[in-house]
Amino acid sequence: MKRQQIYQQVAFGGLRLSTLTIISVLGLIIWFLGKEGVSALSWEFLTQAPRNGMTEGGIFPALVGTLCLTLGAIIFALPLGVFAAIYLTEYAKQGRLVRIIRLGINNLAGVPSVVFGLFGLAMFVEYLNFGPSILAGSLTLGILILPTIIRASEEALLAIPQTFREASLALGASKWHTIYKAVLPPAIPGILTGTILGIGRAAGETAPIIFTAACFYTARLPHSIFDQVMALPFHLYVLATEGTHFEKTLPLQYGTALVLLGLVLGINLIAVIIRTRLRRKIRW
Amino acid sequence: MISRKGKDLLIQNLFLFFASISILVLFLIMAFLFKEGLPIIEVVSPLRFLFGKSWYPTYEPPEFGILPLIMGSVAVTLGAITIAIPLGVATAIYLSEVANLRVKELLKPVIELLAGVPSVVYGFFGLVVVAPWIQDLFDLPTGLTALTASIMLGIMASPTVISISEDALSSVPISYREASLALGTTKWHTAISVTVPAALSGICTACILGMARAIEETMTVLMVAGGAAIIPTTLLQPVRPMTANIIAEMGEAVHGSEHFHALFAIAVVLFFITLALNLLADYISHRFKETGSATL
Repeated sequence: MKRQQIYQQVAFGGLRLSTLTIISVLGLIIWFLGKEGVSALSWEFLTQAPRNGMTEGGIFPALVGTLCLTLGAIIFALPLGVFAAIYLTEYAKQGRLVRIIRLGINNLAGVPSVVFGLFGLAMFVEYLNFGPSILAGSLTLGILILPTIIRASEEALLAIPQTFREASLALGASKWHTIYKAVLPPAIPGILTGTILGIGRAAGETAPIIFTAACFYTARLPHSIFDQVMALPFHLYVLATEGTHFEKTLPLQYGTALVLLGLVLGINLIAVIIRTRLRRKIRW
Repeated sequence: MISRKGKDLLIQNLFLFFASISILVLFLIMAFLFKEGLPIIEVVSPLRFLFGKSWYPTYEPPEFGILPLIMGSVAVTLGAITIAIPLGVATAIYLSEVANLRVKELLKPVIELLAGVPSVVYGFFGLVVVAPWIQDLFDLPTGLTALTASIMLGIMASPTVISISEDALSSVPISYREASLALGTTKWHTAISVTVPAALSGICTACILGMARAIEETMTVLMVAGGAAIIPTTLLQPVRPMTANIIAEMGEAVHGSEHFHALFAIAVVLFFITLALNLLADYISHRFKETGSATL
């Protein structure tokens, strides 16, 4: 028994150490980027276009571009995702069709982001002839985040107790009316969580937009959905891998990395907070 | 004026259509990848493409053998899971079996949050911090190596492994643990001989999905793996994984050229590798699901 206890002490020590390692490494990355990036941040950095061959100035066009692409992706993916989730939870009878649809959603979630990029290039940019544009990039990102939104919406809808539906149906409401009036409203916070997570994902992705939407440099803000835009993640990639001015633009790189990181973590944090509150508060 | 029943049926079918869009998209992805990727077999046989040892797409005549790229992906992925699986599973066991509730409730959302850090940010960190460090440590001509990429991918894949493993461990019924503890075993003995085996299918799923995460990662490996299309013999050499190769060369490949088709063909290979991993994960999690009285 004594020996067992020593084993346990040693083993738990190892587990603690693993946890500490992972948390501290991830914490270190964020702390380091925060420390180095904060000196580059200023009002000008956020509101001005890059100057002098992108060695000075700010990231405003990239911020606007990322905003456009993310917004476009959500406009496309949110209705589709919610409708798909409604079918899967409210209408579908468990069977082969549902199993196939679910498998499709799971596998879509596993498709590499670079493959989405090539697909967007082949279908939206070339085949549908949108060219590299906000539209093509948004559609590509929208497909990428579709599984996230479907899953979160499904989870939210499944959490609504069966009694809500039964009460509404017992009053003589039709199936659709029941879903629309009794099931969807209480599920909205859950759907929102998934949507916000999707926004965070779309804002941070690089590979899918390189060939579908992003350009190296443009000081001009987009005027239509057929314009090419700068985007934060791609901007960081370009600055960091463009060899000649690497040292000179290092402060800009740290600044861009920090803004991107802050943006994505901030978005995700909102989602996590909503979800935690939801889990605590709601007792049907 | 359509009847209420008719209207409901119409709405139902409309929703069915929306639900089927995921399948449709998956099908479209395959169709477009094949459309642009298959023409490469007119230039090089599938076997020569997969197992050819030289990738010189712009030479005259060009050589389209992607074995160096596949081996690049394999090297960084193996390196990554060597880091992510032990650390990730250990952390999951800690969170689920050892940590008190407050620590767990704090750390789980933090780890989920970290899973969302954009890959280009990890790549940037690898480039400015880890690569110079590796270069100094091993006295190399460049710090951009398979090892650097493995470390970054390992860090990136660990939140996936932790989250899914922890879910699996937490869903093992408390009665399993109680039964074991009642026999006088320690908590550790219970964890390792009762809880972990009961959650094994979920933990395996987590490991496979962590591996898929590493193999499909693009920006990080593009930035820190070094980019040399050679079959690596040690982890201290630069490599060019498939994903990085596609992004690096797509910009300069002429549309419709052999090179362009070859890059799409690499995407086809990548698509099927990740599809296989995902199907395997799906199969394991369904097939070997614990069927006890209180399991989910």
